[in-house]
Amino acid sequence: MKPAAFDYLRAESVDEVLEGLSNEGGNARVLAGGQSLMAMLNMRLAKPKLLIDIMRLKELNRIEEQAGVVTIGASVRQAALLAWPELARTLPLLALALPWVGHVQTRSRGTICGSLAHADPSAEMPLALIALGGQVHLRSARRRRRLAASEFFLGMMATARAEDELIEAVSFPAQGGSRCAFREVARRHGDFAIVACVAVATPNGVRFAVGGVADIPMARDWPRLDGSALDDALNGFAYELGARNDVHATARYRRDLVRIIGRDLVREVLQ
Amino acid sequence: MAQVAARPASSVDMEGRPWVGRSIERVEDAALLTGRGRFIDDLGSPPGTLHAAILRSPHAHADIVSIDAEAARRAPGVAAVLTGEQVKALTSSLVVGVKAPVECWPIATERVRYVGEPVAVAVASDRARAEDAIELIHVEYRPHAAVVDPLAALAADAPVLHDGFPGNLASDRSFSYGDPAQAFADAPHRFSIDIHYPRNSCTPIETYGVIASHDAAEDAFDILANFQGPFSIHTVISRALKVPGNRLRLRTPPDSGGSFGVKQGVFPYIVLIGAASRAVGRPVKWIEDRLEHLTASVSATNRSTTLSAAVAADGKILALDWDQVEDCGAHLRAPEPATLYRMHGNLTGAYDIRHVKVRNRVVVTNKTPTGLNRGFGGPQVYFALERLVQRIAIGLSRDPLDVIKRNLVPADAFPYRTATGALLDSGNYQEAIAKAVDHGKLAELRERREEARAQGRLYGIGFTAVVEPSVSNMGYITTVLTVAERRKAGPKNGAQATATVALDPVGGVTVHVASVPQGQGHRTVLSQVVADVFGLKPQDVRVNTEIDTAKDAWSIASGNYASRFAAAVAGTAKLAAERIAARLARIAASQLNVEPVDIVFASGFVASKHNPENRIAFSRVAALSHWSPGSLPDDTGQAIRETLFWTPPELTAPDDEDRINSSLCHGFIFDFCGVEIDRTTFETRIDRYVTMHDCGTILHPGMVNGQIRGGFAQALGAALYEEYAYAEDGSFLTGTFADYLLPTTAEVPEPQIIHLATPSPFTPLGAKGVGEGNSMSTPVCIANAVADALGLADVTLPLVPARLADLVRGPEPEPPAGQLKAAPARAGDRRLRGDGSASVNRAPEHVWTMLLDPGTLQAVIPGCQRVDRVSDTHFRAEVTLGIGPVTGRYRADVQLFDLDPPHAVTLRGSAEGALGFGNAEGRIMLEPDGKGGTRLRYGYDAAIGGKIASIGGRLLDGAARVIIGQFFAALAREAGGGASASAFSLPALLGWLARLFGGRR
Repeated sequence: MKPAAFDYLRAESVDEVLEGLSNEGGNARVLAGGQSLMAMLNMRLAKPKLLIDIMRLKELNRIEEQAGVVTIGASVRQAALLAWPELARTLPLLALALPWVGHVQTRSRGTICGSLAHADPSAEMPLALIALGGQVHLRSARRRRRLAASEFFLGMMATARAEDELIEAVSFPAQGGSRCAFREVARRHGDFAIVACVAVATPNGVRFAVGGVADIPMARDWPRLDGSALDDALNGFAYELGARNDVHATARYRRDLVRIIGRDLVREVLQ
Repeated sequence: MAQVAARPASSVDMEGRPWVGRSIERVEDAALLTGRGRFIDDLGSPPGTLHAAILRSPHAHADIVSIDAEAARRAPGVAAVLTGEQVKALTSSLVVGVKAPVECWPIATERVRYVGEPVAVAVASDRARAEDAIELIHVEYRPHAAVVDPLAALAADAPVLHDGFPGNLASDRSFSYGDPAQAFADAPHRFSIDIHYPRNSCTPIETYGVIASHDAAEDAFDILANFQGPFSIHTVISRALKVPGNRLRLRTPPDSGGSFGVKQGVFPYIVLIGAASRAVGRPVKWIEDRLEHLTASVSATNRSTTLSAAVAADGKILALDWDQVEDCGAHLRAPEPATLYRMHGNLTGAYDIRHVKVRNRVVVTNKTPTGLNRGFGGPQVYFALERLVQRIAIGLSRDPLDVIKRNLVPADAFPYRTATGALLDSGNYQEAIAKAVDHGKLAELRERREEARAQGRLYGIGFTAVVEPSVSNMGYITTVLTVAERRKAGPKNGAQATATVALDPVGGVTVHVASVPQGQGHRTVLSQVVADVFGLKPQDVRVNTEIDTAKDAWSIASGNYASRFAAAVAGTAKLAAERIAARLARIAASQLNVEPVDIVFASGFVASKHNPENRIAFSRVAALSHWSPGSLPDDTGQAIRETLFWTPPELTAPDDEDRINSSLCHGFIFDFCGVEIDRTTFETRIDRYVTMHDCGTILHPGMVNGQIRGGFAQALGAALYEEYAYAEDGSFLTGTFADYLLPTTAEVPEPQIIHLATPSPFTPLGAKGVGEGNSMSTPVCIANAVADALGLADVTLPLVPARLADLVRGPEPEPPAGQLKAAPARAGDRRLRGDGSASVNRAPEHVWTMLLDPGTLQAVIPGCQRVDRVSDTHFRAEVTLGIGPVTGRYRADVQLFDLDPPHAVTLRGSAEGALGFGNAEGRIMLEPDGKGGTRLRYGYDAAIGGKIASIGGRLLDGAARVIIGQFFAALAREAGGGASASAFSLPALLGWLARLFGGRR
C-alpha cells in the first residue's frame, strides 16, 4: 500500500492549478482533502503523474451568500461548511445531510467540491446538489463554464468535467425556507449509503431524490401527491432506479426503502 | 455491576490485602496511551535491510502457466524476485496436520488455490519500489473452476484442490460415546438443525510483520516477528527453513497491536521472508498491509453442521448427534484442523448429556487458509447447540430457559467428566443462572417484550449457556488421528507453562514469561502475583514478556492463545516466585534466628510472624546470593533466578476410546438479551445484554471486564456485521473495511456484566480463562433473540438487515404497467449483465469492417495503446481502462465468433492487469436504420475478479457500463468521422441505459 511515484505540486495560484491540468490532462489529479484519492493512490487504483494540492489557495476557501445563492469554494472542507453559522438558515438540507458524510475525522479533511468531483453514487453531496438544483463552476485555462447538477453527473464516478478543468466552486440556490427532509440508511453510521433520500418542497409540490441506488443520484418532481398516487409514483421511481444486489443489501431491500422512506419524507415536507 | 470475588493469595501485602484481585493501573498503559508503544514497524531494522512486497493471485483457482519477472528484476532498486520455484528450492513444505500426501508451501507452486495466495516476492531497497516491481511481473494463469462452499466441495463433481485430498476431504473421523443409537431409538422426540456458520476474523489493528536475517556463516536465522505462539509452530518454521531448531532464533517485539489468535497465522510469512533473506543475503522486512490482511492473512473456519438431539418429553437431552463439515480453506495449515478439535471434549456444552455421536469432516475450498481466532471452534459449536436448544424449547412448547436449566451439569458433580472426555473443573451453573436472572432483571425484560409486541414492534429475547474452555491440551489435535496413528506418532499432551523469577544485586525482582501478550496487560497481573508472594508492591516487580527463543525458557505450549495466561502462566509465575521465596525464607530464618515456617513476607520486609519487629529488609535477603553466597545456610542453594515449568497432570493424551480432556479449565457463561428489529430497515438493535461469567478467581477485575467487553464487541460484529464474503467463482468481496464491517464504539452497547467465582482446583491461582467466552456465547444469543423476535426457525449470521427483510417480508409491489419486473437475482451470482444500443452514421457494412480492423479497434477501445492481430478474428491489445481516478493497465485478448457479416458478431475476451482480471462475452448486432446509418445493439455478460473485485465490488456494475459506453461512443465517433453529438453521446447512452436497465436486475 505505497503509491506509485508521482509529482506533487502545492499550487500557489489558481493559474498554476490550471496550467498543471492543461499540461497533464488526465494524468493530473487535484488533491482537495484526499479522503478518497489518498486511499486510491495507496491501493494503486489511481496512478496520476501529478498531484495538484489546492488546499493552500485562499481564494478557493470561501463560502459566500449572494443574491439567494450560496457559493462554496473548492478548498472548503466539509467540516467548515458544517460549522458555517448561516448553513441552517440558507441550506437546511446540507445541515441535515453533512453529518452523514463519512465521519468527523474525514469531514475535517474532505471538501465539498472534492466529493462532487469524485461522484460516488452513494455520496450525500452529489445527492444534495441534484435535489437543490445547484451548479458546478468549472474553469480551465481556456474557459469558464457552469453546469447544472443534472448535466454534471454522467455515471458511476463519471462527470462532465473535462480533463483540464478544475471545479472552482459549487453553488446552491438558498432554500428560502422551503421545507426539506433527509434520511439515509447505511449498515453503520458513516458507511456508504445503501439508500439516501431527500425530499424538498417545491412551489408546485415536491422534488424527491435518491442516492446510493442508481449510478448517479436521481430526482423526480411531483405535484402534491398522497395516498395511492404517492405510492404509485414512489413504486415506479423505485423500479426505475435499477437497484442492484451487493454484499450489504439486495435490490428489493433498496426498492423497499425508497418506497417506505420516500413516503415518510414526502409527507413530511408536504404537511 | 456485581461484586467481584477474589481468592486471598497465600501471602499478605502491606495492608493485609493481596494485590491480586485489585484493578490496579496497568503498567502497559502509559506507553500505549501516549504513542510510545514499541511495535514491530517502530523498531529499527538492521543496516542494509531490504523490503519485500508480495504479488498475489487474483484467481481463486488456476494453474500458473508462466511467470515472467525479468522486467521486475531489472527495475530500479530491486534485489531479487522470488517465485514459488525458487522458494521451494530454499525451503521444505510446511507440516500438514493430517496424514495425507499433501504439500503446503508459503507461496503458490504451479497452482493458485485462493485469491490472495502469494505468487512472487519482490525484494527491493524500499517498499514502494518493491510494489513497483510486482506490477511488472507478468503471470499467465489457466483458470480452473473454484469451490467455496464446504458441502459443495464434497460433491462428486466438485473441482479438486489437492490430489492428496481426494474429493477435497482432508479428514473424516467418526466417534461414538455411550450408546447414542439406543438413546435416539428410545427417545420420544428428535430435533435437528442445519447450521452454516460464516467466515469472519478478529482483524487486529496491527497487521503481520516480519524482519528476517539469514546468517550464511552459521546457516542460522534471526527472525523478529509479531508471532503470538503457540511455539509448537517454531518446529514447523525451522523445518521449513531447513535448519535445526537451535538455528532459528525467533524473537517478538515488546508490543503487539492485537492478535486474538490471528497472529499465529504470520508463520508462513516468516518462512517466506526467511527464504527471501537467505536468497538476497541481507535482512528483509515485510509489513503486511490492510488489503493483504483482509484478503489473505487467516480467518476463522466456516462450518456446516447438522446437529440432532434425542429429547425426553420433559426437555432433557438424552443424546446428541453431530455432523460437522469444517472448511479450512485452500491449505490445511498448522495447527488445523485444530479449530474442529479444540471443542471436542466440550461438545455437550454446559449440559449433562451422556450419549454422543460425532462425525467430523475437514474439507478444503478455494478460500484463504484458516487458523487461530478468538473463540477458536467455540462459536461454531455453540451456534449449533444453543440454536438447537431454542428449537427444542419451541418444539416442546417450553421456555428456552427451562430447557437450559433442565440439562445443566449438576452443581455437586464437579469435577465432571463429559461424555467426550473433558474434565469440567468447577462451577455452579444453577447458582450462576439464578444470580444472572435476578441481577439482570429477566422478569422486567420479559415485560418489555410483552409491551413491545402489544405495540406491534418486533422484539425478542435470546438465551445461551456455554462452557468456556481454556488452557489447551497440546494433545487434543491428535484426536484427529486414529488410535493406531497416534500410537505410531507418540503421545502428545500437556500445556507446559514457564516463568522465570530473578533477583538482582539490590533486591529488584524481575519476571519473565513466554506469554507474548498483545495488549492484554500480562505484565501488570504478573507484577501483582509476584508482589504478593514477596510482600512487595507491584511497581517493585519488573516484568518482561518479550520472547527470544535463543535465550529464554519456552516450550511448544508457549504463547498467547487458548486463554491460557491467567490460569497457566500467571500461576506458574506464582510457583516460581514461591520457590525463591522458600529459599529466601530459609536465609532470613537463619539471620533472624527463627524457623523458616515462622517467616512472613510483608511490606518490603522478611519478618517473623510471631515477632514482626524481628525483621530484615527484603532487598538485604534478596541480595545475599549475589554478594555473599558463602553466608547462605547449608543446602539452601542460590536465590538469584528460578525458572519453573508447570504442566497440569489432568491434560492427558486422548485415550483409546478417543476421549480427550481438550482443555484444563472450564469457565461458565450465561447470557440473555433483548433485541428489537426495526420494521423499516430490519436493523437489529440490542436493547439489553446481560452476561454472567464464572472464570474462577479474578486476578484483575478491570482487565477481566475489559476482556469481556472486547470479546462481546467482536462477537457483536460476528453476529451483525462481519463476514469474509466470497462469490461463487471464489472472488473475495470484502477486501476493505468499507465492506468488511467492524462494529465501532457507536454500534456496541454496554453489556451488563455479572460475576460468580468458583475457583479452579487445577490451577495455582484458581483462575480460568475469560477472554474468549463471549465470542462463543454472544453470536448465538443474539441469533436466538432475533429468531424469537421474527418467529424464524433458521437464522444465518451475520444478521444483514436485507437478509432478514427477505425472510420476513411478503411479496413486493408489482412495478407499474409498462415497466419490466426485476429478475430474481441468484445469491452469489455477481456476473455483470447489460445491453444497450447506439446509432452510427455509417452503413452496417462499414461498421462491420471497422469492428474487424485492429486500427479502428485501437482507436475506439478506451485507453488502447496497441492492438496486435493474431488472426483475422483474434486480437491482443494493451489497454488502460478506468473510471474517474481509478485506472489500470490490462492485457486483453479478444476473439470473434459466430460471424454473420455484416449483421452480427460475438466477442469473447479476457483482460488481466495489476488491478485484477475480467472476462466477458458480448453479441453485437448491426441493422440499417433506414437513413443510411446503422442501429447497433449489444448485450454483454462479464465477470470481474481480483483486487478490484475485493475492494470496489459495489462500483463494478456501474463501472462496466461506463467503460462499455465509452467503447460504443468512440466507435460512433470514429465511424461518423466526427459524428454529430445528436447521433450519439455518452450521457444520452447512459440515460438510455438507465431507463433500459431500470427494473431489469
